[in-house]
Amino acid sequence: MKFRILPATVPVLLLLWSSNPALAVDGEPFIHDPATVIQCDGKYYTYGTGGGGLVSDDGWIWHSGTRVPGVGAAPDLIHIGDRYYMAYASSGGGLGGGHASAIHVMWSKTLDPNSPDYKFNDNTVVASSDGVEDCDAIDPGFLLDSDGRLWVTYGTYFGFIRIVELDPKTGHHVEGNKPVNIAIDCEATEPIYRDGWYYLLGTHGTCCDGANSTYNIRVGRSKKVTGPYLDNLGNDMLKGGGKLVVAASGRFVGPGHFGLMNLGDGVEKFSCHYEADLDRGGRSVLDIRPLLWKDGWPVAGDNFQEGTYEIQSERSGYALELAVDFVRMAGGRGGFGGFGGRRGALGGTNAPGGRGPSGPVTPIPLQTLAQVSSNWPAGNIELRLGDFMFRPHQKWTITTVTNAGGYPGSPYFKITIAGTDRALAAAEGAELVAVPAFTGQPEQLWRIDQLTDGTYRVMPKVVPNSKEPLALTAIGYSTPTLAKFDPKSDKARWSFKTP
Amino acid sequence: MKTHRKIVLLVSGVVAVLAFQANSAAQDNPAPGAAPGGPVGAAAPGRAGRSYTPDHPHSLAPYFTPATSSPKSPDKDGFLQRWLLLEPINKPNRSNTVFTDSYVRNAFNAEYFPNQFTVIPHDGDKVTVDTNELAWHALDSDLFNVKLFRFADGVNKQTYGVIFWAVTVVNSPQEMKNVRMAVGSNSASIWWLNGQEAVDLFGDRRMVMDDCISKRLTLNKGRNVIRGAVINGPGLSDFCVRFVDENGQPIKDITLEP
Repeated sequence: MKFRILPATVPVLLLLWSSNPALAVDGEPFIHDPATVIQCDGKYYTYGTGGGGLVSDDGWIWHSGTRVPGVGAAPDLIHIGDRYYMAYASSGGGLGGGHASAIHVMWSKTLDPNSPDYKFNDNTVVASSDGVEDCDAIDPGFLLDSDGRLWVTYGTYFGFIRIVELDPKTGHHVEGNKPVNIAIDCEATEPIYRDGWYYLLGTHGTCCDGANSTYNIRVGRSKKVTGPYLDNLGNDMLKGGGKLVVAASGRFVGPGHFGLMNLGDGVEKFSCHYEADLDRGGRSVLDIRPLLWKDGWPVAGDNFQEGTYEIQSERSGYALELAVDFVRMAGGRGGFGGFGGRRGALGGTNAPGGRGPSGPVTPIPLQTLAQVSSNWPAGNIELRLGDFMFRPHQKWTITTVTNAGGYPGSPYFKITIAGTDRALAAAEGAELVAVPAFTGQPEQLWRIDQLTDGTYRVMPKVVPNSKEPLALTAIGYSTPTLAKFDPKSDKARWSFKTP
Repeated sequence: MKTHRKIVLLVSGVVAVLAFQANSAAQDNPAPGAAPGGPVGAAAPGRAGRSYTPDHPHSLAPYFTPATSSPKSPDKDGFLQRWLLLEPINKPNRSNTVFTDSYVRNAFNAEYFPNQFTVIPHDGDKVTVDTNELAWHALDSDLFNVKLFRFADGVNKQTYGVIFWAVTVVNSPQEMKNVRMAVGSNSASIWWLNGQEAVDLFGDRRMVMDDCISKRLTLNKGRNVIRGAVINGPGLSDFCVRFVDENGQPIKDITLEP
């Protein structure tokens, strides 16, 4: 990272953004080089260059948190046992700091600054660079391996990315362990482990150039934590290889500083910052997005976008719909699709050779809401799953809800029948109902998390008279309900299709 | 079926199968192998079933056997195989496309015979619907599902444009909460547990296991009555029923009363 210390005081702008999931997280998420987001006592924490922190109650709305004194560049966090370890670089990064630097590790029993246990202890140097060697010891990234060993990667564009081993009980460098070179041409590395593979996520491109930053995150993988890390073409990250994970999109420029958030139950997300959020004056902000996995490679997902959708069950392929009478629409001649007639099984009355339809071929308009909704019950309507026929009772408009909070990376949504205010809600007995109008009650607010395979888990914020988190589930091929989420089953996986 | 035995089938399912005597010309003169359950033979006129050749007599076998006098457990997957089935009621429909929620509810709300929502019949009991005398049959299906088309054909009754009623009694060793009734049917149907509507299947449907599922129910300790109604036009009437737990696993420690 081309190192630049942000001013100690950053103007705080209280921005109450209108609902728009295309935005990065809400509140005041201004940060550069965020650490992996960590939960502590129900809150979410991260820290950036200079030690300034962000804190959130729900992972959606973020505010300035406590600054950790003495912290230099690009800290990282990890929670092991009863300790929260923080690693940071004391200097380096070029640009006035030279390339001589050190990676420090310290720990606290809590990240809550209001707790009597909040104090960072035992600051120790675990790696360093002398300013001349082919390495600049900045941008640490922790990994707790599946066998309980602790590692930290570090480095930037000046020379190599390196990895050293630490003692998970103390955070100290393991005596005798020597750094191993594992990559070049990147910084802000973060190693992760999944299903027998080690992945090295590294930020490539240029930093710190606002809307013109080409920052992007790439990955290589290895069967050994010390490498070699190869990309999808087999090119070594030591030779500049790396498969793209995420780059600029929408109005966000320069994603960098990957941090894994494994929320369990098949929901994985990642944090990063954007060098420039064009909707926030081009300032650097935090974001949290879904992490997908395709053929053994991580891919950045997108936070859910507002729109009108078919909500399709992965179990049965049927669509969520109101339990109302199916209304037939005009169109087609039935039978053999316009073929046939009295002059033979397949011969049309006027078709040459008796093989084609007779008469003009003209478009048929879609069935409208007005044509069917007058017969719908005025009160609550039950839900079921049925063959999708792009009918009004099967099309759902999903929009964000302001001032209702959210969850990591997203606000809550309301789900209404398109063209109406009739809203999907959790009902007594952990069932579903479509209420006549959206009133903002918590059982009408929905959390939509993308799962690692690209499908979605859908959960109400609250289930009446239940404290257990439940998810939209196809309990039968044609019956939806709310039930405990089973990450191994297609019953609670959903797709959102544009009708 | 041992007519001298009193076979109590407490589960009352009003299976309304609307069998349609559609295209009677085609039905009366089926091409060889062309129609389901229709071997070559003389046409069955009006509402009667097909006529079979001497080599293919009307028979409930191999689909059903008479219900025994012993309690019957569900099959290995939890499907309920013992039912009291009423011979089909005539309800003509040329097409199953009419089976909207409203149509099916209206069809089943009509009174076809006295106490149709409460009666617990016995094998051989008879009711009169319009001018037709129809009998209840206590049967064990040899399959996981109950092939109503084969039942109707086996007793030489109409197979299309029909409403079937079915009843069975489930004996549970203890109260079971949060169970669900899982049903598939061809075509539309409604099912009641202990007098309360539990599952409905509307539209033109095929029989799919675990197609439609009830809300969470309670099976009482002791006897529980299931009643079902299946309606069909020109189709292979059929249904399957089982109970599943919160995890979708079948409930098998119950019995069906003789």
